[in-house]
Amino acid sequence: MSARKTNWQEAFLSGDVRALARALSAAENEPTIVQDFLREHSQRLGRAHIIGITGPPGAGKSTLTGRLATELANRGFSLGLLLVDPSSPFTGGAILGDRLRLPEVAYHPRVFVRSMSSRGSMGGLSKATNDAIKLLDAFGKDIIIIETVGTGQSETDIISVADSVVVVAVPGLGDDIQAMKAGILEIADLFVVNKADREGAEKTERELRNMLKMQPNSSDWSIPVIKTVAIKDEGIAELADQLLAHYEYLQSSGLLLEQRAARTRAELGELLRSQLMREIDSLIGPARYEELAQEVVGGKRSVYDAAYELWQQFLGQITSNQ
Amino acid sequence: MERKIRVLVAKPGLDGHDRGAKVIARALRDAGMEVIYTGLRQTPEQIVTAAIQEDVDVIGLSCLSGAHNHLFPRVVELLKEQQAEDILVIGGGVIPDTDIPGLKEAGIKEIFTPGTSMQDVIAFVEANVSKED
Repeated sequence: MSARKTNWQEAFLSGDVRALARALSAAENEPTIVQDFLREHSQRLGRAHIIGITGPPGAGKSTLTGRLATELANRGFSLGLLLVDPSSPFTGGAILGDRLRLPEVAYHPRVFVRSMSSRGSMGGLSKATNDAIKLLDAFGKDIIIIETVGTGQSETDIISVADSVVVVAVPGLGDDIQAMKAGILEIADLFVVNKADREGAEKTERELRNMLKMQPNSSDWSIPVIKTVAIKDEGIAELADQLLAHYEYLQSSGLLLEQRAARTRAELGELLRSQLMREIDSLIGPARYEELAQEVVGGKRSVYDAAYELWQQFLGQITSNQ
Repeated sequence: MERKIRVLVAKPGLDGHDRGAKVIARALRDAGMEVIYTGLRQTPEQIVTAAIQEDVDVIGLSCLSGAHNHLFPRVVELLKEQQAEDILVIGGGVIPDTDIPGLKEAGIKEIFTPGTSMQDVIAFVEANVSKED
């Protein structure tokens, strides 16, 4: 049993769904194994259209995601869905209930659905999301949809992984659009006003359009505002059309590669930072950290001074190692 | 990184009573597990598909319609077809004592009837899921 749990690589390459599921678990539990695998198969990456769906809790993201996935699957695309839900800050446990809202599509033969806990991350995704996306891409999915945890004002992680970002708003949420602060509004490539059969939908739509008019927009893509009633399947086909149009726009304008290059730069920085931190930790050790922290708290030196000292010590160690 | 026990809580059958399933889901979450809750009226086929995609360690089935003798063994059978019989299957609900031996024989590892303490369920899951991988 154990051997099958860890030896998913070969079956993954031949398209085995269970192996994909195992690989996604590995992304959460043993990321280095997945990273080694992806390093070896990097030529399988970069083929999928990555869509992010974000918005406040209760906006109907899960239902919308389910309906959109059904629409795209019926058009012949193969899909991977990643549904991220928050974890408990106290126990680390989580109830992942998004599957509840996509009953039929979860069992479509071209669709693979995976629920993920945010595992304490604050930006609306989990640390493993990025590797999970790459696994679905390498598996050969045409479109990957990521539904973030319900976001408020600053959870904008999704732009660091998605080609197309859909921000879902609903009528009558707080002080309407003002409540969705700059951050989350600025990341949208498409807006959806869901639950558009409710009172106030026109007002929300108007406010979004007005806001878009005021925003400087240098690109040729004009951000659409699409009204949907996900639960009744209304507006879903239009959303699918617009998403595919956005992807085409990204490809034909060269922006797709530009965006992906920017994301890769950020990811490289992130990888190097964590590599560097590991090196520093292993060369210097936690005891010295603790000592310096105590000195800072005791008023003997500033934190900047302590950081400088650690850095000097680290540099000294590597030069003497060579 | 710490490995979390993943549990699928599912309600096969046609009854609409999901309170027990929700209480169990919360208790397992509070014990630090990741619980995928799929809601009412799931077919055994849907349950097994979800369990495989979600790579769970445990499937917890809740049934109050009386159809457990058919539905629970069917889940185990489908898991075998998918070579996923390493997933632990447990059940709960209104199940007569006389049905329990048959269900266990069919591969349901444990049956929890009304009145079982949550601690017992949690302890059983923790003891029976292998963490070594």
